[in-house]
Amino acid sequence: MEGQVSRRTLLEEFRPELEKTSFRWILLFSVCFIIFVIGIYGLIRQISHGHVVTGMRDNVVWGVYIVNFIFFMGLSYAGALVSGSLHLFRSSWRKPVIRMAELITVISLVIGPFFIFFCIGRLDRIHYLFIHPRIQSPITWDVIAITTDLVGCFIYLYLSFIEDFAILRDYQDLNVPKWRKKLYKILALGYRGTPEQKKAIKLSKDIMAAMVIAIAIIVYSVLAWIFGVTLQPGWHSTIFGPYFVIAAVFSGTGLLIILMWIFRKVYHLEHYITKRHFVNVGVLLLIVSAFYGYFTFSDYLTKWYGSVKMDSILIDKLFTDFFELFIYANYIGILIPIIIVGIKRLRTITNITIGAIISVTALWVNRYIIVIPTLETPFLPIQDTRPEWTYYSPTWIEWALTFAGVAVFCMLFMLASKFVPIISVSEMSEPEESEEERILE
Amino acid sequence: MEDDRKNKSRREFLKFGLTAGAASLVGISGASVAGKPDRNEKKKSGRKVKVLTPEGKLVEVDESQLRPAEIEEPVGIEEAREGLPNRKFVMAIDLAKCKNARKCVDACQEGHYLPRDHEWMKVQLLQDSEYTHPYWFPKPCFHCDQPLCVSVCPVGATFKRNDGIVLVDNQRCIGCKFCMTGCPYSARVFHWKESEVEQPDVEYSPETNVPSQEGTVGKCVFCADKLRNGELPRCVTACPMGVIYFGDLIEDAVTNGTETVRFSELIEERAGYRYLEELGTHPTVYYLPTVNRMFPVESGFDGLEEDIYNRYEKFIHPRLKKK
Repeated sequence: MEGQVSRRTLLEEFRPELEKTSFRWILLFSVCFIIFVIGIYGLIRQISHGHVVTGMRDNVVWGVYIVNFIFFMGLSYAGALVSGSLHLFRSSWRKPVIRMAELITVISLVIGPFFIFFCIGRLDRIHYLFIHPRIQSPITWDVIAITTDLVGCFIYLYLSFIEDFAILRDYQDLNVPKWRKKLYKILALGYRGTPEQKKAIKLSKDIMAAMVIAIAIIVYSVLAWIFGVTLQPGWHSTIFGPYFVIAAVFSGTGLLIILMWIFRKVYHLEHYITKRHFVNVGVLLLIVSAFYGYFTFSDYLTKWYGSVKMDSILIDKLFTDFFELFIYANYIGILIPIIIVGIKRLRTITNITIGAIISVTALWVNRYIIVIPTLETPFLPIQDTRPEWTYYSPTWIEWALTFAGVAVFCMLFMLASKFVPIISVSEMSEPEESEEERILE
Repeated sequence: MEDDRKNKSRREFLKFGLTAGAASLVGISGASVAGKPDRNEKKKSGRKVKVLTPEGKLVEVDESQLRPAEIEEPVGIEEAREGLPNRKFVMAIDLAKCKNARKCVDACQEGHYLPRDHEWMKVQLLQDSEYTHPYWFPKPCFHCDQPLCVSVCPVGATFKRNDGIVLVDNQRCIGCKFCMTGCPYSARVFHWKESEVEQPDVEYSPETNVPSQEGTVGKCVFCADKLRNGELPRCVTACPMGVIYFGDLIEDAVTNGTETVRFSELIEERAGYRYLEELGTHPTVYYLPTVNRMFPVESGFDGLEEDIYNRYEKFIHPRLKKK
C-alpha cells in the first residue's frame, strides 16, 4: 500500500478500534493487569523486607533488574533509529509501521528506568540523584541522557500525532465519549492544516528525527559505559559503546516485527502491512544482526585469544555454567534471523516473525550473560559457603517485576492503540514526496 | 548557622545523655560517690541521679557530681568528610606472619556491630597459579588513591578524605551498588536486610559507619574514629601475630603495636608490593611477600569453625590436603 489512501477509508477502518473495546481486548488487558499487580506485590515485599528477598548478593550486586533496564532501553531504539532514519530517508514503505516504532520508543523508555529504581537499595533517596549529583559518575550521565531522550522522543512522537489528533477532532462521525473529543481538540493544538502549519510540522519532525537518532546513540553508549568504565573482566571493553548501540537496534527492530505481526492479525491490517514490510524490516534486522554478530565475535575473540587471566576465567565460565545461554544468545539469536531473511524460500511473514522473537529473546539472554558471569568472577575468588553468594539465581520477586514490566508495556500499547489509530492516518493520506524532495533539498 | 547551632546543641545533648548513661552503668563517678571531694566540684544542682557503684550498689548522687566519662563520641558527617590534617595513612600487611587466626576479622565485626556474614575484613586463601605457593591474604579496603568507587558514585556518598581514607556516608548512599561493581577488590558489602546485630544508639558517623542502614553500602573504614583519637585500627591491635602494620606515610613510620619501623625501610627490606598494581587504582595497603614464612600455610586451618573451613575447601591445593 504505497500511494495515497483517502483519510475516510482509513478512518472507517480504524473507527471500530477507537470506538469500542472487544472482549478479547479486555481479557488480555486484565491478564496484564493481574501480572502487574503481582509485580507490585513483589515490589512491596522487596521494600518491606529489604533486598534480601532478591537473588542479588555481595558479588552479583546487579541482577535481572539491570538486565531488564538495558533491555528495555534497547527496545526504545525501534523508534529512535528505525523510525528516525526511515523518516529522514523518506522511505515510502515506512508509513504504516512508523507509528508503532515511535510508540515502542516512548513506552519502553518510560518502563526501562523503573528497573533501575527496583535495583536501588534506598528508593526513598532517589531524588539525591538530582540534589547531590556528581558529574563524574556515569549514572549521572545516564540520568541526563535518559531524561533528554525521553523528552526528545516524546516530542517526536507528539509531532507525529498532532495531525492525527486534528483529523480525529474533525471527524464528526466518530462515536467516542465527549471527554475524548475534547482531549483530541486540546491535543491537536489548533492544527488546521494550513500550508504554514504543515511546513512547521514537517520541519520540526525532520529536526527531531535527526536529534532523536543522535540522542539515542548517546543514551545507549552511556549505558554501555556504566559497564565499560569499571575494571571488571568482560565489561572493561572499548567496543562496549558501539556494541550496545548495535544490540539495541537489533532488539528494537525485532520487536517492531513482532508488533507488526500482532497488530496485523488483531486489527486486520493485512492490506496495509504486507509481506513487503516484513521483508523490508527483516532485511534491516539481517543487516543489524550481521553487525551485532560481528561485534560479539570481535569482543570475545580478542578476550579469548589474548587470554588475560581474568578474561580466560570468564570465558571458561561462559562455556561451562552459561553454555546453553551463550549458544542461544550468540549463535542461534544471531544466525537464525540472518538465515531466515537471507534465504528467499524461508522469507515468509511467519518465519520472519519467529526470527524476530528469537532475536529479541536472545538479546535479553545476551544482556544476562554480559551482566551475571562477570559479577560471578571477581578478581579475588569468592570464598563463601553460601551458594547464593557464589551463584546468582533470580527469585520470584525479580521475575514478577520483570513480567510486570512486560505487562505494563502491553497495557500501554493496548491503551495507545485505542486512543489513536495504530497506523498514522495523516502520513498514509499524505501524497508521496517527489524524487527531488528527498532527504536534503 | 542557625542549623549548625541546633545540630551542636543536639549533639551535646546526646553526648550528655550518653555519658550519663554510661556513668550510671559503669560507675565512673565512684570516687565522688565514695565521698572524696571532687576537685572540680561544681555547685550542687539539686537534681539527684541514680547511679550504680562499682560494687553494684544503687546510690543517689547530685547531678553535679557526675563527671563526663572518657567516651569519645564519633564526629559528625561534615567533619568525617574532611579527614585529619597533614596525615596520609598507610597499611602494610606481612603475609609471612599471617596464619588465619581471624582475630582481625572478629575485632572488626565487633567494633563495627557487623553481623557474622558481613565482613569488612576478609581473610582469603590465595594461590596465584598451580605451582606457586598458597598464602593467607587478609584483605581490608585498600583505600585507593585513584578510587574507582568514588568516581562512579552518582551522589557523592563515598568520598576520599585528605588523609587518604575512603569512607561511605550511609545517610547519602542510595544503594545503587555501582561502587561495588567499580571496586576490583570486592572490598564493599551491602546491607541486604536490617542488621541482625543490635546497633548502638549513637549519632551516625561515616568514620564508624555505625549505626548501619539497610539498603546501603558498607566497607572497612580504616577505623577512622580510632585514628582521630590517636589509636590504632582494631584489626592491627587484635592481631596476635603482628601481621598488620599501620602508620603515616608523611611520618614514614608504621607500627603493628609492638614494633615501630620506617615504612620505606620495611617496604625496601621486605620487597613490599601492592595487590593488582596493574589496575591503576593505587592502593594505600601494601603487602609483604611470604618470604621466610613464620607458620606453614596449613596451620591456618587449625581450630577453624566448620563453615569457615568450608569456605576455603575448594581452594586448598591437593598437595596441602595430602599432608
